[in-house]
Amino acid sequence: MKKNWPLWEVFVRSKNGLEHRHFGSLHAADAEMALENARDVYTRRNEGVSIWVVESKHITASNPENNGELFEPAQDKVYRHPTFYDVPDDVKHM
Amino acid sequence: MSEEQIKNLEERFEARIARDEKIEPKDWMPEKYRQTHIRQISQHAHSEIVGMLPEGNWITRAPSLRRKVALLAKVQDEAGHGLYLYSACETLGISREEMYDQLHTGKAKYSSIFNYPTITWADIGAIGWLVDGAAIINQVPLCNTSFGPYARAMVRVCKEESFHQRQGYEIMLKLCKGTPEQKEMAQDALNRWWWPSLMMLGPTDAESVHTEQSMKWKLKRKTNDELRQQFIDQTVPQADILGIKVPDQDLKWNEERGHYDFGDIDWDEFWQVVKGHGPCNKERMKARVGAWERGEWVRDAALAYSEKRTKDKMNKAG
Amino acid sequence: MTEHLYKYILGIADNSLILGQRLGELCGHGPNLETDIACTNISLDLLGQVRSYFQYAAKITGDGRDEDDIAMMRKEREYLNVLLVEQPNTDFAYVMARQFLFDIHHFLFLQELQKSKDLTLSAIANKCIKEVSYHQRFSSDWIKRLGDGTEVSHDKVQTAFNDLWPYTDELFHQNEADKAMIMEGVGVDTAIFKDTYYQRLKHILDEATLDIPETKYFQKGGKEGIHSEHMGYILNDLQYMQRTYPDMEW
Repeated sequence: MKKNWPLWEVFVRSKNGLEHRHFGSLHAADAEMALENARDVYTRRNEGVSIWVVESKHITASNPENNGELFEPAQDKVYRHPTFYDVPDDVKHM
Repeated sequence: MSEEQIKNLEERFEARIARDEKIEPKDWMPEKYRQTHIRQISQHAHSEIVGMLPEGNWITRAPSLRRKVALLAKVQDEAGHGLYLYSACETLGISREEMYDQLHTGKAKYSSIFNYPTITWADIGAIGWLVDGAAIINQVPLCNTSFGPYARAMVRVCKEESFHQRQGYEIMLKLCKGTPEQKEMAQDALNRWWWPSLMMLGPTDAESVHTEQSMKWKLKRKTNDELRQQFIDQTVPQADILGIKVPDQDLKWNEERGHYDFGDIDWDEFWQVVKGHGPCNKERMKARVGAWERGEWVRDAALAYSEKRTKDKMNKAG
Repeated sequence: MTEHLYKYILGIADNSLILGQRLGELCGHGPNLETDIACTNISLDLLGQVRSYFQYAAKITGDGRDEDDIAMMRKEREYLNVLLVEQPNTDFAYVMARQFLFDIHHFLFLQELQKSKDLTLSAIANKCIKEVSYHQRFSSDWIKRLGDGTEVSHDKVQTAFNDLWPYTDELFHQNEADKAMIMEGVGVDTAIFKDTYYQRLKHILDEATLDIPETKYFQKGGKEGIHSEHMGYILNDLQYMQRTYPDMEW
């Protein structure tokens, strides 16, 4: 089968102080090109100050089938949230 | 999986969508959901990139530098939108190359409107005003569709397209305020693009095969006929401001309905174009296939170069 | 002085105009979507630069013409771009080789133009050089990919360089306006970076495993308004509306 340019995921920091956020994907033959293409495709309207690209195949993703065991156990750990604790209303700065 | 298990999964799946939950690529989904989405999203992507051709036809001839950069940026956006949509579709397990292959062999469809020729500068105005206008009506509801990657792509597309329709309307406005010859050019463009724009919103509800399922999956929020009515209702007053006449003798405001009544659409023409026999179907495909084939050695070269560099790195490391 | 400055500006801006126009022809026909978008960006940069230059030219001549009149209402002999930029989009190798040969010069030129005594020109150069810095990176990367890619791509891009090389010398040709503006400290004496230019070309071509074409004979004429046969057709498109519908606004 004929080989094609691999898929890359693009992450853009829209301004300093913010995290890089997933913007979308594109095809490129190499990392340099992926960066250049990302610049041309995803920051045409001044959307970014920094770009990360990573080849899609290098991302390991959790499987939604395991969502039960992965994420549900956190649901009832309410003691991790401040509202779990009773403090009288007149206590300030807490 | 037993039939019962699948039925169970399907029920839970439909319930999630009904609750307005988003479906993400790795989630379980009915095969029909996957196939329907591949068909619709890729069709949408194909429309973007074939749509570059009729407008691209005027880039070198745009009448001012301002119009030239605006048109270039618009056509470039369409390439970008095609790219976002192909990427969304790829998350469903089909490659861009496979989608191109479907387009190039005629298996996949694209919006029939792009098979009409752009013969005057006013056509560029009319496309922005009418075709992008109709597209926006179609696309805005898709920002809330059930499949996450499609919805996200549409949010970006809609945001970027906001200048497209204005760009077209401004061209029309300038023509209509210009010399009689220019105004005539604008009228002529409206005459030619009006009916194809109405057809662009799809066959009548009675003929439309996918509506019910698509509604459930939020691939559609309104029927074709509702969208068409909305388009007509909002476009006619815009034509009035331009001072040009919508080419439909039966067009009349209906006080009781609160909508415009309009004349019969020539659906024979629509089906002729959809089936590949519009004025430019063959040219459009020739241009797409040609660009893809002429680009093959370029894509191969970039890949070969990249492989050599990877090998170099390994050798150095080894 | 004004006449020379006007012509000097045309000499710079016409290059970007005609190359922008050539790249505009490609929009929608690139080897893939990503590359198409990238080439269109370069075209948009160039045409944006043209507007800055021509708006300035319109101001200094003060004869009522605007940027579009200057861009589209001249006769072929009055366009002062180099022959290189009017060469056709024969294939992607020609497009990238043409771009690369132009970009490297364009960058070195703008570096000097930033120092111009003419504050408008130096300000424009200051803005443009960031765009052009990216262009030369983009085209250099592609020359390396094509040169050191496959056998097919190597041959194609070598052929493109062989054909386009004779047009490089004209980038350094100085017409009367150039000479006058150099004297004034407004214009750039391109001779000072000619060696650097060819060294940079050699550096990238070496890396791309390409040979420097052996040419003793070079072409020139564009900077004196004597163009190739391609130019008439480019202007047919560029001026189509002005010729068909004279004296209208769009």
